[in-house]
Amino acid sequence: MANEQQGAAPGRVIAGGESLHRWGMVIDIDLCTGCQACVIACQAENNIPINVEDYFVKHRVNQWIRIERYWEGEFPNVKARFIPVLCQHCGNAPCEPVCPVYATQHSTEGLNVQTYNRCVGTRYCGNNCPYTVRVFNWDAPQWPESLHAQLNPDVTVRTQGLIEKCSMCVHRINRAKREESRNGRPMADGDLQPACAQSCPTSAIIFGDWKDQNSRISRLAKGTRAYHMLEELGTEPTIVYLKKVDPNLSQHEATVSHKTAYRPLPVING
Amino acid sequence: MKEWRELSSSKINDDLLKFPLHTPMWFWYALAGLGLVVGAGFLAFAIMIGGGLQFLGYNNQTMWAVLITNFVFWIGISHAGVMISAILRLTQAEWRRPVTRASEILTVFSLATAMLMPIIHSGRPWRTLYWEFPFDFSRGIFMDIRSALVWDPSAIFTYLLSSVMFVYVALVPDLAVARDRSSGIARYLYAILAMGFQGTKRQWRLQAIAGILLSALILPVFVSVHSIVSWDFAMALVPGWHSTVFPPYFVIGAVHSGVSAVATLMAILRWIFHLDDYLTDDHFDALGRLLVVVSTTWLYFFGMDFYYGLFARDEMELGIWSLRLFTPPYNTLFPIFLLAGYLIPVPLWLIRGVRRNVKAMFFTSLLVNVGMWIERYMLIVPPLSNKQAFPFDWVTVYQPQPIEWVLVVFTFGVVSTGILVFAKLFPIIPLFDIKEGQNLRRVIQVGRRTVPGVVRE
Repeated sequence: MANEQQGAAPGRVIAGGESLHRWGMVIDIDLCTGCQACVIACQAENNIPINVEDYFVKHRVNQWIRIERYWEGEFPNVKARFIPVLCQHCGNAPCEPVCPVYATQHSTEGLNVQTYNRCVGTRYCGNNCPYTVRVFNWDAPQWPESLHAQLNPDVTVRTQGLIEKCSMCVHRINRAKREESRNGRPMADGDLQPACAQSCPTSAIIFGDWKDQNSRISRLAKGTRAYHMLEELGTEPTIVYLKKVDPNLSQHEATVSHKTAYRPLPVING
Repeated sequence: MKEWRELSSSKINDDLLKFPLHTPMWFWYALAGLGLVVGAGFLAFAIMIGGGLQFLGYNNQTMWAVLITNFVFWIGISHAGVMISAILRLTQAEWRRPVTRASEILTVFSLATAMLMPIIHSGRPWRTLYWEFPFDFSRGIFMDIRSALVWDPSAIFTYLLSSVMFVYVALVPDLAVARDRSSGIARYLYAILAMGFQGTKRQWRLQAIAGILLSALILPVFVSVHSIVSWDFAMALVPGWHSTVFPPYFVIGAVHSGVSAVATLMAILRWIFHLDDYLTDDHFDALGRLLVVVSTTWLYFFGMDFYYGLFARDEMELGIWSLRLFTPPYNTLFPIFLLAGYLIPVPLWLIRGVRRNVKAMFFTSLLVNVGMWIERYMLIVPPLSNKQAFPFDWVTVYQPQPIEWVLVVFTFGVVSTGILVFAKLFPIIPLFDIKEGQNLRRVIQVGRRTVPGVVRE
């Protein structure tokens, strides 16, 4: 098998490899209300420093997930559209081959992982990410005194001068796998949730395993609303979006979108 | 060359070794002044090591800006050395003789300065060692050779090493002269560096062969270095960077700015060291003609880059071009760049009187480099501001901060200091090359005809 020859070589993991899981998400834009609960949950879970006003002015916001907000239509018929954007954990990630020191690689479970210790801060990956989800630690991370006890002991605090991004709560995944082996009982779909999915009041973010044909995300991604963000770039994201249901659209437009029509996901291979 | 004066060997020695062997007072003032500039740059670097990159104007969209502009700019300048000395040596252009060493030195110091930039710009500069050098085999740590950022240092180090060798080979006979004319510790050091050069036939032969071989070998390196630097951009997925025309465009742009920098440097050297006998108006004339050709080729490639942007009719690409052309502050920078980089100097260089006027050449060639710096800035910064398909995070204005301007001035300080110190230690105009040129010009009267006194092998 090609995968055996590759061994633990970083980079693109061929679907259907040795690993038992291929983690992924489905984000239903129709359900997203733009409440930003996921942003705050991520902030607390992953020890992300508090974003002060200055960071927003300078476009240096440290957010691993952000809600993009777009306005549609003319006043008074204005509609707000929200898209949660986080690291797409691309199967063919543009950020991975440009890092000179292997600081960003693909795990065998389909995650795009960042090795903070290796990062020298060339920021080439940040430039090359078409989703702009990689954030650089311009400042040393700081928390107010009252929040020191809040920090999550499972997640490292990143120092200044390196790139960080969504890890899909890899510490939770690892903990779930440890518990799985201790209990001797395989985890069920939905047992494991990253912070953003857990906090979403409308369950717009659904986490799961693409290798499990019967998982909720596998079933949802088979629908006609499913699409990949910037599919035309060929990055093979592991995150599938479900597009908004618009009652004003004709039947034809609702099923066939312009650019992002659903194609079978190339990475799912039970 | 019409304008040529017969100079005796001893006069050449006296003229050109005057500065290395006798120190005028202004040297110390100049060194102190440049030292302040360089010191300010290192202070800025120290501040950034201590406090991180928060002092730069960068943000999460514009992650590369002024420091990388500096890097590309100085790599570009460094292309002058080989362009002048290797190509002109191989084509046996006589006028190159006094210019070669100054341009090679410019190459060496601008390359070294350019190498500093990515290190200063990286988030954790103290860790960059295992990025630039593959040394930690025992722990299995190796750089990712898929990354253009790994091709980069290897190409640049190859170029730096071969340029240093190139300079050294041409320096050996002059070091021998300096050894014979100095005393004390200077004599001792020159003797070590001259490696026992006595001027025997065999030694001259080896020196000449080494020079020609190195010129031929360095040419592919010269073309590849800036191509590889351009891949830093062309390999990326950023619209406006992702272009196949980048390698030739960057190489010819580098030659354009590099040869202009040599013209500027020559004017300065002539003014400081009173080298009117060596760097004649003819040299500026020849450089001016070369520049007209080079800059027009560069304009062609610039037009191609623009044309490819429009031709693909890619929405993102068109957006980047409209940002460059119509959005402030780029809409003011763009005409400045085009005027300074081409439209003002090149028509002036078509006039013979301008080419032979040292002051005019000094200012026009300086203008070219102002334009070329802005060109690199325009290549790097606007595409990053709008690189993603969603307008939510678009950054329209990236503002360079004072610390970045300090670092821009710092690079000029480092290169000037390097050249000044080199000129203090070694003759900046090659003695032996000038003498060889003089000998090749000697003519013998045979009856009514004049024939060359020396025939090239």
